[in-house]
Amino acid sequence: MTTTPVLELDGLEVRHGAVHAVRGLSLTVDRGEIVGLIGPNGAGKSSTLHAIMGLVTSAAGDVRLHGRSLLGRRPEDVARAGVALVPEGRRIFAELTVEENLRLGLAGRGNGKGDGALRGAFELFPVVHEFRSRQAGALSGGQQQQLAIARALVADPQVLLLDEPSLGLAPRLVDVVFDALQEIRERGLAILLVEQRAQRTVALADRSHVLSNGRLRLTLGPEAAGDSETLVSAYFS
Amino acid sequence: MTFVATVLGADWQTLADAFGLGGIYALMAVGIGLVFGVLRLVNFAYGQLVMAGAYALAFAYERGWPVWVGIILCFAVVVTLAVAMDWVVFRPLRGHSPAVMLVATFAVAFLMQSIALLWFGPLGKIAASLSALNQPWTISGVDIRKISIVATAVAAGCLLALVLLLGRTRVGLHMRAAALDFQTARLLGVRANRVIGSAVLVSGLLAATVAVMLTVQSPLVTPDFALRDTILVLAGVVLGGMNRLISATLGGFAIGFASGFLGGALPTNQSQYLPSFLFAAVILVLLIRPRGLFARAGQQAVERV
Repeated sequence: MTTTPVLELDGLEVRHGAVHAVRGLSLTVDRGEIVGLIGPNGAGKSSTLHAIMGLVTSAAGDVRLHGRSLLGRRPEDVARAGVALVPEGRRIFAELTVEENLRLGLAGRGNGKGDGALRGAFELFPVVHEFRSRQAGALSGGQQQQLAIARALVADPQVLLLDEPSLGLAPRLVDVVFDALQEIRERGLAILLVEQRAQRTVALADRSHVLSNGRLRLTLGPEAAGDSETLVSAYFS
Repeated sequence: MTFVATVLGADWQTLADAFGLGGIYALMAVGIGLVFGVLRLVNFAYGQLVMAGAYALAFAYERGWPVWVGIILCFAVVVTLAVAMDWVVFRPLRGHSPAVMLVATFAVAFLMQSIALLWFGPLGKIAASLSALNQPWTISGVDIRKISIVATAVAAGCLLALVLLLGRTRVGLHMRAAALDFQTARLLGVRANRVIGSAVLVSGLLAATVAVMLTVQSPLVTPDFALRDTILVLAGVVLGGMNRLISATLGGFAIGFASGFLGGALPTNQSQYLPSFLFAAVILVLLIRPRGLFARAGQQAVERV
């Protein structure tokens, strides 16, 4: 018996004018899974996430959450349906406090209260709790990234999308972020991770899809993480 | 206070008037700034909302209805028009360039003015149900018109309520976030239509409040009622800095205060040049501090939805 995956892309096509950003991409992410999406700049990774969130309209194909299509919905409705995005560059609200940033994450829950959700996020990222009354802009890059992930989690999503969460972080902080993803996976979320750090992503993810020119070239399991030759050739195919 | 009054060579009444007008202009600045915050749209038709409210008050006064009925009618008319403006004009144009939306608000402004001209004629109507507020209160030997104190108090009350709304409530937090980065706010699940609708609603409530205050000071309601005030407030908002509600409000207050103060302190043959001087000052400030007097340095303009 096959069950419906939490998130399913089915022949997704995204065009930016004449540019064909994503071509016929199909993949699934299930509960407790991390699926990596790697590839060079301009491969269509971010476009894929934007299409899922309804920020760009898809030219063809479908995006389904528990079998129900998300296409044509506004970004806020996709968020409220249970898909949370940690956007590229974190996009935290620098002028608001850390706690206010987290409370904004509650907007994705639909129903008002969420102190329990805030606690869950604080457990995962103690530093966010420590600095909760500070202005978010005063946090370091790594702390801001933790805040961005915590903010996505308080919405209690079923799917977590991350757009290059390790970008611009020191190696030690990359460890913090990847460890957190591991723990979030154990909480039963479906995670779609877009990354430039191919090797670490392949090692962490249950499977990783290599995207190039908008097309899925190759799917790798965690065992391929040590095989740099395969990785490099996948990137430049 | 006495010191200030002596130094400026003005009497208490002039100062109180200046505070009153500053407060009213600050409310208009907030009304314009709130909508600008979430829509990146300068609503030139804001003054016509005030004008419509003033006509509602005149309508009620002509029929001899009680004051409170007139005020309720004023609020109902202004809020309905504000929401209708959002639905009919702003919403369909939301994806368009700021220039298109700006021109659209001009069109709405002229349309509303023309409708007022057709319906009520060029001579104007009287809205004098609250004119008793022009009587003075004598406070320790000094005569001060009641409306100056009432306007200052109402403005302070409204601003306090707004601070609480923005700072303490969920919808207030969503409005602040939307003003900072609308796209990210939407990605978190903040509903664009609700946030914009709330901003439009609050700006309408403020316009109605302003209409009540302004008709006390100038009970003759004509199609260009509040037009000059709106232009001054817009100048003040730009002067203060459009990007932040607080700086826009301060700018509105500053220009209202300056306008009220100079208008009262200068003899009539000089005060007729007042707007020219105020606008010259605005141009000067913009040349020196293009982001506005009260804006923070290094702040970036944010993307529209």
